[in-house]
Amino acid sequence: MTEAPSLSGQAPVVGAGSHTALPPEQPLAPPPRTSAVSVLRKRALGPARKAVTEAVRGWQRSLQLRVATLTLLVTGVAVLVIGIFILDQVAGGILGAKRAAAISQADVGKDTARTALATVDAGDVAGVADAQEQITAQLTASGRSAGLFSIAIESTSTDLGSRTTAEPVPPGLRRLVQQGYLAVQYSPLHAPGSTTLVPGLIVGELVPARSGLFELYYFFPLTAEQQTIALLQRTVALSGLGLVLLVLAIALLVTRLVVRPVRVAAKTAGRLAAGDLSQRISVQGSDDLSRLGRSFNDMAGSLQRQIRRLEDLSRVQRRFTSDVSHELRTPLTTIRMASELLYANRGQFPPELARSAELMRAELDRFEALLGDLLEISRYDAGVARLESETADIRGVVAATVAANRVLAARHGSEVLVDAPTYPVTVDMDSRRVERILRNLLGNALDHGEGRPVQIAVGHDDDAVAITVRDHGVGLKPGDAGLVFNRFWRGDPSRSRMTGGNGLGLAISLEDARLHDGWLQAWGERGKGAQFRLTLPRRAGHTLLSSPLPLAPDEFDQAEEEE
Amino acid sequence: MECVKPRVLVVDDDSALAEMLGIVLRTDGFEPAFVADGSYALQAFRDHKPDVVLLDLMLPGLSGIDVCRAIRAESGTPIIMLTAKSDTVDVVLGLESGADDYVVKPFKPKELVARMRARLRQHEDLASETLTIGPPDAPVSIDVPAHQVRRDDAPVALTPLEFDLLVALARKPRQVFTREVLLEQVWGYRHAADTRLVNVHVQRLRSKVERDPERPEVVLTVRGVGYKAGPP
Repeated sequence: MTEAPSLSGQAPVVGAGSHTALPPEQPLAPPPRTSAVSVLRKRALGPARKAVTEAVRGWQRSLQLRVATLTLLVTGVAVLVIGIFILDQVAGGILGAKRAAAISQADVGKDTARTALATVDAGDVAGVADAQEQITAQLTASGRSAGLFSIAIESTSTDLGSRTTAEPVPPGLRRLVQQGYLAVQYSPLHAPGSTTLVPGLIVGELVPARSGLFELYYFFPLTAEQQTIALLQRTVALSGLGLVLLVLAIALLVTRLVVRPVRVAAKTAGRLAAGDLSQRISVQGSDDLSRLGRSFNDMAGSLQRQIRRLEDLSRVQRRFTSDVSHELRTPLTTIRMASELLYANRGQFPPELARSAELMRAELDRFEALLGDLLEISRYDAGVARLESETADIRGVVAATVAANRVLAARHGSEVLVDAPTYPVTVDMDSRRVERILRNLLGNALDHGEGRPVQIAVGHDDDAVAITVRDHGVGLKPGDAGLVFNRFWRGDPSRSRMTGGNGLGLAISLEDARLHDGWLQAWGERGKGAQFRLTLPRRAGHTLLSSPLPLAPDEFDQAEEEE
Repeated sequence: MECVKPRVLVVDDDSALAEMLGIVLRTDGFEPAFVADGSYALQAFRDHKPDVVLLDLMLPGLSGIDVCRAIRAESGTPIIMLTAKSDTVDVVLGLESGADDYVVKPFKPKELVARMRARLRQHEDLASETLTIGPPDAPVSIDVPAHQVRRDDAPVALTPLEFDLLVALARKPRQVFTREVLLEQVWGYRHAADTRLVNVHVQRLRSKVERDPERPEVVLTVRGVGYKAGPP
């Protein structure tokens, strides 16, 4: 299909049905640099921010997750503090006992050493060595209460006994001992029969003798104590972990007990809201949660009853409308036929009877139109109006409306100008209702157009079509644009109407437009005419965001839009 | 004008309306018969053998819809519903039960007579004309003067309206008919009318001539435009 260039004020279209051409209003300049940079930054931060957002959403969504995490944190800290306290106390106790035993060993050792060294003269190297051996043998044999230990005896004053010990003596300790104190210090030692260092306790004392001053050192390896403490640490850590897991499990179980009924209630509420009014929660027991369930079910039951009552009312209303329709229309048909018969034969009547037949016929038309409109409005009020939507070309409806109003236009002396695309513009619509809207708008425009031309424009974009009907008549007073859709509203009560408009046309049109999820709006200015705009979404169910045509005519300020 | 006056059966319980209809119909050259109760409507139809039936939807005894179904079960005689309800459900229900057309009360007598004349229109084309449409392996052939339709060489019983609809489509096999054009050609409406008439009757036609009405091959839908005949 080829298209003639449209002179209708539409955006120019290149080639048949081509939509690749840029709309002319598209800016060609590149966007400002700052926005590009911020876009880049946003993109780089994208995944991380997304992950954080996900986590936050999960945290906010799940009560169970929050309770579990908080329980884990609180229990963890508590167990950690208690564990550290227990370990500190027990280790202190063990080491304290060891230290006391070591000191009492040193007291015993001092006497033994003094006795052994008493007989040795100064300068008697061999004697000193013998005495040292004797002391070592005696002490190591006797001192079992403080556990295994090794000793070293060194002469302070002479170089007699300056035998090198297997263990290094820390200098601080040695200084204290040389000053005559009983000194104790924790220091790493070599384990017996190995070169690895283990924690140890060194006790040193000064033994005065005739041959000089001797330093006596005891080396207690703390291997056993360390093993005990390590075992204790493992035990405390394991039991602490077990405790935390246990509390976590309890927290999960309890929240699950609470959360599950709440989730069930939420899901059921969702189904209720979606319209399934028979949904209930199964309730067992009589605790707080089942009380919640029971109140929920009561609420649902009450809702269901209310809605049923409203539905019944609506059904009654619908029935009433239908009955009134039938009961009124059958006699009206008889009257109508009788009046037509009289009207057709009015030539045989005297003038006043002939005129009466004419008046009766004309007023019957009005009566009928009013009855039809009232029934239509009551159908909307009862909420029973239904859309018979199908895809159709909007231009067909416009053309049909214009054709149907040709006689009326001629009677008003108004020209009807249509400005529509040259190609089909399909819309999901109920053609009958859309045609009724357009008929009302056009009839209205002709009625108020003072014989000046009436312009109809059809515009469209991908999402919506718009039809504007513009007249150049008396226009609307300020503020009237919002009132024209009110039932039985008349702009100027003194004006007569040739279309027999009854004041319901625009109200029905507005309902028709709303049924399509569309807009019907009015613009008007005193003495400058009025424009009505109908905007419909092209696909059923689509929400309108904008209209392809402005509400106010091009030559007027477009900021004046009001519904 | 025909030499014999066309017979009309008026099924309506409102005596004033029935009497007024009688006056109007006699003035316009019909020969009306009346029945007020739905339960006697079928018997009256058999007795009078009318050329067209005017049927009110709300009747004592049998409802209009049921009367419509009962008549349609034994005859293709044109039925025009007189309905006080323009509600979608009622109109569609009436059309689906076999009515050819409907007028909404309060109608003008001229409008009613025009609808009846459109249904009674005689086809003058007596030249032998045979049309074939539908898929090649199961074609539908139409013998126009004999008012006969055959699918797979088996005769298909169509009402005059369904026959007219099929012939209108088959005469121009490649043309797409809008619902408005079909309303004008088949129903005789001069200006826009209810396109549901076309939709419902196309469904009824399909249920008779198609192998699978869900996947039509003889009467095709052209989305957003209308209908056309399947390729011969």
